[in-house]
Amino acid sequence: MGPLVPEFINNELNLVFAVLIGIAFGFILESAGFSSSKKLAGVFYGYDFTVLRVFFTAGVTAMVGVLVLSHNGLLDLELIYVNPLFLWSAIVGGLIMGLGFVIGGYCPGTSMCAIMIGKIDAMVFVLGAMLGIWGFIEGYPIFEGLYTGYDFGIPQVSQTLNMPLGLFAFLMIVVAFGSYWLVGIIEKKATKNVVVDTTSKRSMIVITVVALIIGLVASTLKPEKAMILDKINDSAYTSSFEINTISSDELALRFIYKDKSLQVIDIRNSKDFQTMTLPSATNLSLNDFFTKSSKNIFNLEDKVNIIVGDNDVNSKKGYILAKELGFENVLQLKGGFNQFKSDIIDFKSSSTMEANLTDTQRFRREASSIVPVLIEKSKPKVIEKQKVRALGGCG
Amino acid sequence: MKPNKYMNPYLAGLLLGLLLVVTIYITGHGLGASGAAKSVVIYSLESIAPAHSENVPYLQDFNATHEGSPLKTWLVFEILGALLGAFISGVLANRLKFTVEHHSGITSKTRLVAALIGGALFGFGAQLGRGCTSGAALSGMAVFSTGGILTMIAIFGGGYLFAYFFRKLWIN
Repeated sequence: MGPLVPEFINNELNLVFAVLIGIAFGFILESAGFSSSKKLAGVFYGYDFTVLRVFFTAGVTAMVGVLVLSHNGLLDLELIYVNPLFLWSAIVGGLIMGLGFVIGGYCPGTSMCAIMIGKIDAMVFVLGAMLGIWGFIEGYPIFEGLYTGYDFGIPQVSQTLNMPLGLFAFLMIVVAFGSYWLVGIIEKKATKNVVVDTTSKRSMIVITVVALIIGLVASTLKPEKAMILDKINDSAYTSSFEINTISSDELALRFIYKDKSLQVIDIRNSKDFQTMTLPSATNLSLNDFFTKSSKNIFNLEDKVNIIVGDNDVNSKKGYILAKELGFENVLQLKGGFNQFKSDIIDFKSSSTMEANLTDTQRFRREASSIVPVLIEKSKPKVIEKQKVRALGGCG
Repeated sequence: MKPNKYMNPYLAGLLLGLLLVVTIYITGHGLGASGAAKSVVIYSLESIAPAHSENVPYLQDFNATHEGSPLKTWLVFEILGALLGAFISGVLANRLKFTVEHHSGITSKTRLVAALIGGALFGFGAQLGRGCTSGAALSGMAVFSTGGILTMIAIFGGGYLFAYFFRKLWIN
């Protein structure tokens, strides 16, 4: 599963990819005409909207691509770099960049490409950019408040607009293609009928239709993780799922016999876990199930994994998720932790007359004095979360 | 020989978008540009004025969180590749020529002064905005980042907001 760095590609090899990716990047920018400031600035004066066409098409393509990869489980969205949101520094920084764009006619990437085909104004632009960066570095204490203030973490539009990623991608495609048709008209007026975009009307119709169809498909896509979580929350799906269970009594018996193959996976919240859990339990949230370290825990040889939630419904969800993720040797504790606690730990015999007790009740009475001692002896294991997001951005 | 035509913009956008997806799949992050310029600035400062650099708070923070030479970063290598790629494209399309490109209504000198000022503003803004058109706007959009998309809106919104005042640089 992607990203391939750092697990499958080491840092040295990554730098080789950096050069190769860079070559393609520079080639595309130059070929599209981004080595010309006149062409770039046209987007702000209506005579050449190439920037908008290239930029928007690249943006929606990448959005759909990222969705497709995560939908198929090829890319873990929780590991990729998401640009953080520092509200005012994003807005003020962006506005200053916009001002620099209309005055200087380039942005950093395009100016570097323009240098390579001999644009002297681009060389001066890059020199200016370095001076601007130097100014920021030297004056950092002045701007630090603005730079680090209004920190909203790393939200995605799905959280900010409360909208599925697929729907957002679809809307962006609609906006993009709507704007292509609109700017074509503006361009014609501004240039007095000089054709900037030579794409024929017929091809334009074809691309628009294809893009909208792709967008409609994309709007149904969800990261694989979200789909699996949807599934385990769907009662129609879970009620028909075949579940292998273990009862509180059997589990207690196996604790008493010190069954080494037992591995309790406690999926309750960490606060409840700290307060009291079962012997040899490991605390994993359903979210944690998706990590590689969880996979290693579940797939330990000669272990039987007992899924323990608060109650039967939660435990069942945990069981189904484990099965969906392909984990072997899983059992669900019937009734979850609550039932185990009332059956065994807090067992109160209803009758004091020995003869009136059933075998089960005798066993539970016995177990209720042994199991708490075992719980006391075994220390809960807290698993270190191994997920580390990629670093990125170019501030 | 006349320079060749530019690539169809939708095709260029499609290719750029696919490249971005590949980049995210391989590295976990997107494309960038201004970050490479920052690395060069930091390297230059530390080489030219080492004593001064030691007293600059920003660089103290930077060195505490970054190991090795500031030049040995992914973005520096990516931009080295980009320079090569742009050069190849320029050669193939017959576009290599030393020139100051400017609107006929202004002189070369005016254009160069504007490029210097514009560059300085862009470089400064890219620090505040944590990335430029590539690293914040485009790559941010690809990963549905609210911060990146907001920066994108601010860049282009800012461009349209200020365009009127600098129209003499570009149009009659």
